[in-house]
Amino acid sequence: MNILEIRNLSKSFGGLKAVNNVSFAVKRESIKAVIGPNGAGKTTLFNLISGFLPCDSGSVLFNDRPVHGLKPFQITQRGVSRTFQHVKLFPKMTALENVMIGRHTHSKAEFIAGMLNLPWTWKEEREIRNTSMELMSFLGISSLADYEATSLPYGQQRIVELARALACEPHLLLLDEPAAGLNMRETAEISQLITKIKDRGITVLIVEHDMSLVMNISDEVVVLSYGQKIADEMPLAVQKNEEVIRVYLGEEDA
Amino acid sequence: MDYKRYFQPFFLIIVLISIQLFTYFTDTGYYLTQLTMAAYYSLVIIGLCVLMGYAGQISLGHAGFFAIGGYISALLTTYNLLPYKDHMIISFFSKTGLLVLRENLYGIKILNVHPWLACIGAILFTVLIAYIIGGPVLKLKGHYLAMATLGFGIIVFRIVLGTALFGEADGLSDVPAFTLFPGVEVSGNLTMRIQNYYIAYGLVIIGLIILINLINSRVGRALRSIHGAEDASDAMGVDTAKYKLHTFVLSAAFAAVAGVFLTHYNGGIGPSEASVMKSIRYVAIVAVGGMANLWGALTMGIVLNYLSLRGYFGSFDDAVFGVILIIIMLFTPEGLLRYQLLSQIKKVFSNKEPRTIHNEHS
Repeated sequence: MNILEIRNLSKSFGGLKAVNNVSFAVKRESIKAVIGPNGAGKTTLFNLISGFLPCDSGSVLFNDRPVHGLKPFQITQRGVSRTFQHVKLFPKMTALENVMIGRHTHSKAEFIAGMLNLPWTWKEEREIRNTSMELMSFLGISSLADYEATSLPYGQQRIVELARALACEPHLLLLDEPAAGLNMRETAEISQLITKIKDRGITVLIVEHDMSLVMNISDEVVVLSYGQKIADEMPLAVQKNEEVIRVYLGEEDA
Repeated sequence: MDYKRYFQPFFLIIVLISIQLFTYFTDTGYYLTQLTMAAYYSLVIIGLCVLMGYAGQISLGHAGFFAIGGYISALLTTYNLLPYKDHMIISFFSKTGLLVLRENLYGIKILNVHPWLACIGAILFTVLIAYIIGGPVLKLKGHYLAMATLGFGIIVFRIVLGTALFGEADGLSDVPAFTLFPGVEVSGNLTMRIQNYYIAYGLVIIGLIILINLINSRVGRALRSIHGAEDASDAMGVDTAKYKLHTFVLSAAFAAVAGVFLTHYNGGIGPSEASVMKSIRYVAIVAVGGMANLWGALTMGIVLNYLSLRGYFGSFDDAVFGVILIIIMLFTPEGLLRYQLLSQIKKVFSNKEPRTIHNEHS
């Protein structure tokens, strides 16, 4: 059963083919990693899936329904949420408030209800707060709830961002380099959290540079090079794939 | 729910009643006239505060919305429909009581639209314009949005200045009193001064409570997230375009309500209400109040408008607001009403590096 299917996806920036005819599928409740050297088109691929960039051709199917061409917020409403390569938390809001934004798609008080402070919204606000707190304790950061999110250390900001993405109750979670800028201990912590998230029944698609993280936790690995897919296998097979070794380490006689 | 959010409006009510009693006992009731006008301007300012400070979208065209509200209401309540009284639509409306027959300044009988209908019509029309303008314009960001809204403001100004129907440079006068309920009317009549003071501030307090509720709700949280990081907000499922548009329209509606009521209070409206300097003044006052600070915007709105209307700034009125804007941006970009004011000022003088403004709209 595939939760996400990418078919012949392409995107060019001027003459540069950032993503060139890439196809792969993500199995439900698995962890799939996308790796590749710098400039291989990994982040572009993510932006295409999450609707931040329009694709030139090809299709993205989520739960067998096409989602390419939808706006980012619509894709999130369908059940795909993401984090960013450079953490993007909301400044001047506490960590808890940041996570509470993640509950947006699962609550419904609009302008009129908010302006009149209608009684049913009080219950909804309580529900938003409680669920957000539960998620923060699930990820072990409930003690950070009342701190201004952007004032936290980088590693903790990453986890707050993860909590915020989880608050959307996604079926598919896109993690854009979750270990970037983290030390070894924090990376180990993040990899544990990602496994925990998978155990909740959430499918994870992850773009990452850190090989130890990718090889430890992922079920399958897609390798991109210059926008093209060069491998789509189990982690152990990828490690032995000659093409992959060549693009990562360079040719012997180069 | 938490009741703490209503402490400030409650405190404001006590202060307002004290001021009225003070003027009553010191026989200085004439202060209330400018305080009433300042209240209506403050209504524009708190609406703009939510748009600028919370949703992070600037508008240099809010005097335009104020003027549209005021002018439409003034036009409908002063335009003589008597020559058309036999027309089917007009006779139908006059039978329903939506048109009123009155005598104008010169004792001539004229037939006008009822102020209530004119008020609702003016607000709905402004909302419609705000939707039409806001849709395309809010796709722009930062300076470009400022320029586009500025352009809108200038268009409105030139239209009211150049249209005979709107009285050109003279504006519209002889706007009748707006009877809200029997015995309660918005008018510049001196015997109604205390009543009008309370009508104006009643409206401000209702507006304030609505906005306080809004910023503390799910929508308010989403607006702050748009201000902070629009793409991240989008990724969390917030329809950012819709939220920005609705907030823009809401603040335009606040401006329209203020325009309608002030026009009835003054008995007329002139093109200066639509001028760009008015828009800049509103933006400056929101900045002085601290951007994301409704309470600060309201306090500063009342105080500065009152001082301006009393003539304390003399003929340098607009210049004073320009200077205020520069000083605020330089020394205290988070507004006047906060605690770290002194340390901020020290920092400006000790730090030679160029400073960035935290509240700026990226």
